[in-house]
Amino acid sequence: MYQPTVSTQRDAPAEPGRRINDSTAPLNAKNFGFEEARHLLWRAGFGGTVSQINTLVRWGLNKSVDYLVDFEKVKDSPAPEFNADIMRPPSEEERREAEAARRMSGVDRETALAKIRVRRQNAEQEDRAQMREIQQWWLKQMIESPRPLQEKLTLLWHGHFATSYRTVEDSWHMFMQNQMFRKHAAGNFADMLYGIIRDPAMIAYLNNNDSRKGRPNENLARELMELFSLGVGNYGEKDIKEGAKALTGYTFRDDEFVFDRRNHDGSSKNILGRSGAMNGDDFVAAILERRECSRFVAYKLYKHFAGDYPSGRKTLDSAADRVIGDLASTIQLSRYELKPALKKLFLSQHFYDPALRGEQIKSPVQLVVGAVRSLNTPVRDLSRVCDAMGRMGQDIFFPPSVKGWDGGRSWINTATLFVRQNLMVFLLTGKRPEGKDPLAEQEPFDARAMLEQLREAYPQMSLSDPTSVTDAVLRFTIGRTNPSGRVALDEFARASEGKDINQTVTKMMLLISAMPEYQLC
Amino acid sequence: MSFDKLSAYTRREFIHAGLVLASASVMLPSFLQRSALAMAPKGGTTSIPGVPEDRVLVVIQLSGGNDGLNTVVPFGDGNYYKARPGIGIKEDRVLKLGKNTEVGLHPSLSGLADLYNDGQLTLIQGVGYPNPNRSHFKSMDIWHTADTDASGDGWLGRYFDAECCGFGKGESGTIEKPKGDPNPQIGIAVGREAPLAMKGRVVIPISFESAELFRWTGRDVDENLGDAYQRISNAGMQETMDPESNAGFLTRTALDAQVSSATIRRAVATKPRVQYPDGELSRQLQMVASMIAAGLKTRVYYVSLGGFDTHSGQGGENGRHANLLRFFGSALKAFYQDLKAQGNDQRVLTMSFSEFGRRVGQNASQGTDHGTAAPMFLAGPMVKAGIHNAHPSLTDLDQGDLKYGIDFRTVYAAVLDSWLKTDSRKVLDGSFTPAKVLRV
Repeated sequence: MYQPTVSTQRDAPAEPGRRINDSTAPLNAKNFGFEEARHLLWRAGFGGTVSQINTLVRWGLNKSVDYLVDFEKVKDSPAPEFNADIMRPPSEEERREAEAARRMSGVDRETALAKIRVRRQNAEQEDRAQMREIQQWWLKQMIESPRPLQEKLTLLWHGHFATSYRTVEDSWHMFMQNQMFRKHAAGNFADMLYGIIRDPAMIAYLNNNDSRKGRPNENLARELMELFSLGVGNYGEKDIKEGAKALTGYTFRDDEFVFDRRNHDGSSKNILGRSGAMNGDDFVAAILERRECSRFVAYKLYKHFAGDYPSGRKTLDSAADRVIGDLASTIQLSRYELKPALKKLFLSQHFYDPALRGEQIKSPVQLVVGAVRSLNTPVRDLSRVCDAMGRMGQDIFFPPSVKGWDGGRSWINTATLFVRQNLMVFLLTGKRPEGKDPLAEQEPFDARAMLEQLREAYPQMSLSDPTSVTDAVLRFTIGRTNPSGRVALDEFARASEGKDINQTVTKMMLLISAMPEYQLC
Repeated sequence: MSFDKLSAYTRREFIHAGLVLASASVMLPSFLQRSALAMAPKGGTTSIPGVPEDRVLVVIQLSGGNDGLNTVVPFGDGNYYKARPGIGIKEDRVLKLGKNTEVGLHPSLSGLADLYNDGQLTLIQGVGYPNPNRSHFKSMDIWHTADTDASGDGWLGRYFDAECCGFGKGESGTIEKPKGDPNPQIGIAVGREAPLAMKGRVVIPISFESAELFRWTGRDVDENLGDAYQRISNAGMQETMDPESNAGFLTRTALDAQVSSATIRRAVATKPRVQYPDGELSRQLQMVASMIAAGLKTRVYYVSLGGFDTHSGQGGENGRHANLLRFFGSALKAFYQDLKAQGNDQRVLTMSFSEFGRRVGQNASQGTDHGTAAPMFLAGPMVKAGIHNAHPSLTDLDQGDLKYGIDFRTVYAAVLDSWLKTDSRKVLDGSFTPAKVLRV
């Protein structure tokens, strides 16, 4: 639930220590080292290899942030062709056939209707299969994209404008929506908001295609303000009612947005202090004029990239509160352009405060994509990986409700923790609970490459000194050398001395990825 | 033993009933956390296993829309045979329920008939809700949320939330974070994913398909890793770790996972006391019976059987639907035999439902399409055995579908009020007069 300020929060027990830097002034370039670059890669993307981290360190803070945020300069490969017509509306001929069937009687009628039903069921089946393909494609895209921030923002907007295939039942519409999020990912939030009220998947998901003059459906109008732009408490019930009228006639035919003038309520309305014969676009314009909207967007960016808010921890929350305020002003000044705010956040002293680093719980996507991107593990089997993500609670394209995923601690319970740990075992070794991936031997995890890169980053690391290896691996994988389980890890490393280094480090990675700290980034 | 001895447990007992869970106490110093493991008694419970002081609810979900009319067959009504010339169940094959001359059970449901004759089965006819929705997802969500808009958390999740943290449906925004993290063993779903019904805002149930998935698989790669893994997971928090941080939270959860995994795997490894029939539901119920036998303090177990979406070729006396019903009836019967052998049958109430029934008339593919009202079953020694509510009319229809006679939420209300001893009004967001289906 969005809380505009932290003052309503109950006081949390004071945490030990230190003041948290709440400044959005840029970090001193001198302080941008391995830890900071690692943090930036994990948050503005999905983590990176040792050499990618080192590249950012060499580039320095400004160039690194520019590279990540101005991602259009990096070439990306186009999405594959998916079939747009699986769930197309019935053709003229099919319509005639259906009409004829309804005019029949008795057994003939049932047979004719059954034929039509079977055709529809086959299409639905084919479409579900395509949805799974699209799901796997997006996961692959997040893993392979040279523009990690674009994908990470696409994921943010997918959760923000949460739409589920479960209701939409049209994979092409889900794909189109995903491409819209990608297109405007770091663009202008206003474009996204104007886009979402014309988006067929969203229109179907929130039933706006049933919204007509005289009997408006309030679903889209409500969520547009509550979840997409302003947050609870920043509009009234009357704004919803009038907003719903403004959105009547916003529908789609086949794959295209259609403004259905006959079903639009053209009467005069009063929404958020504006009045006139407002349509859906005027409604969005009225929303965008509100200060609360820029604050809401700033809060969403903060939560996605910086940390939980509110976290229930007083010093953290009051710092976050200030930073969100600064980001909101930036967004307002730039007329909803997102890049200035993103750059401000990724450059800020606050973003690199130790209290924020290694304190975000990885979403299932972050865990999976991050493991492959940072460790270079084999991907093995995308359908199995997608399946595991569902078990961890994040089935992409199937958010649980229009509220999206709650994130944070809600990802973690005793069952999902095992799924997370076991997925890492699968990626690293090909081992599955019920057996082994037949390709596991051909696709081993290459620990040597990681060690080579680490040696470059840490000249003091020596393969003959297990402690130095453990130090280096831990700094890279969990960002600290002193996790709770360090003693057990050291002992395992010592006991493995003299054994094959690739195997030993792979096994150490199994243990490290099972540490509670590995779930954080 | 009599039922009035079963004490209604208080909220305090509810919270303390489970394992001594480290995550339940956010401020526990790390040395105490480690000893929390040692404090958990054998079997992982705080009370004596086998003592029927705690009541258990088992929910069986029949997914896909079970054909109610071929489950409870209205053989006394000629309209039934007119509507179902190909798939109707012949009168002489129907399993009769006592002297009832109107309805009986599908011939595959001899397991249920046995329970019925034993006074351990309530059959509730014509269960539904207003303005029925014929979409699988939507109608399932309506049953799971007990809300005809299908909004909000799951009804059992809300029960957990209400018990642990004292708030009910719709009380949003005012909830402060609970002191600790509520006991995850309060609800266990056997399946790929925890059902919406069990998801609360605070309490998240455990779910696993098999106990094999509820463990770390890294030890299969090299058994020497098992020890190190155990030590890592049990390491607890360091003195320098902020207990309120996410790292602290994860450390506590990792500790809980170890305890839960060990307890549950030990529980399901025990041999059942009776022979279970084949089938997925049977396997799931067998696991539940083992967990109950092991004395887990779980209040609600959730199992499911899919495949009921019989649009074509559903069969009559034999065939697809008949097989599904056989799985269901025989598994439930074995489950209660097992519970009885354990001495736990008095503690366990089972409820079955499906998201909707099917149309009255068969379709051209010898199947049935999505319909509305359907029967629910309650099983266990505590049920008011018999047939509850009249069978819906086969002629007074709503667009070809049965009209419901009883709202499913009145059954939920009975389970919540009489069996789980909670205030159903708080959980169901509205007052539903509990159906008189239980003897307690």
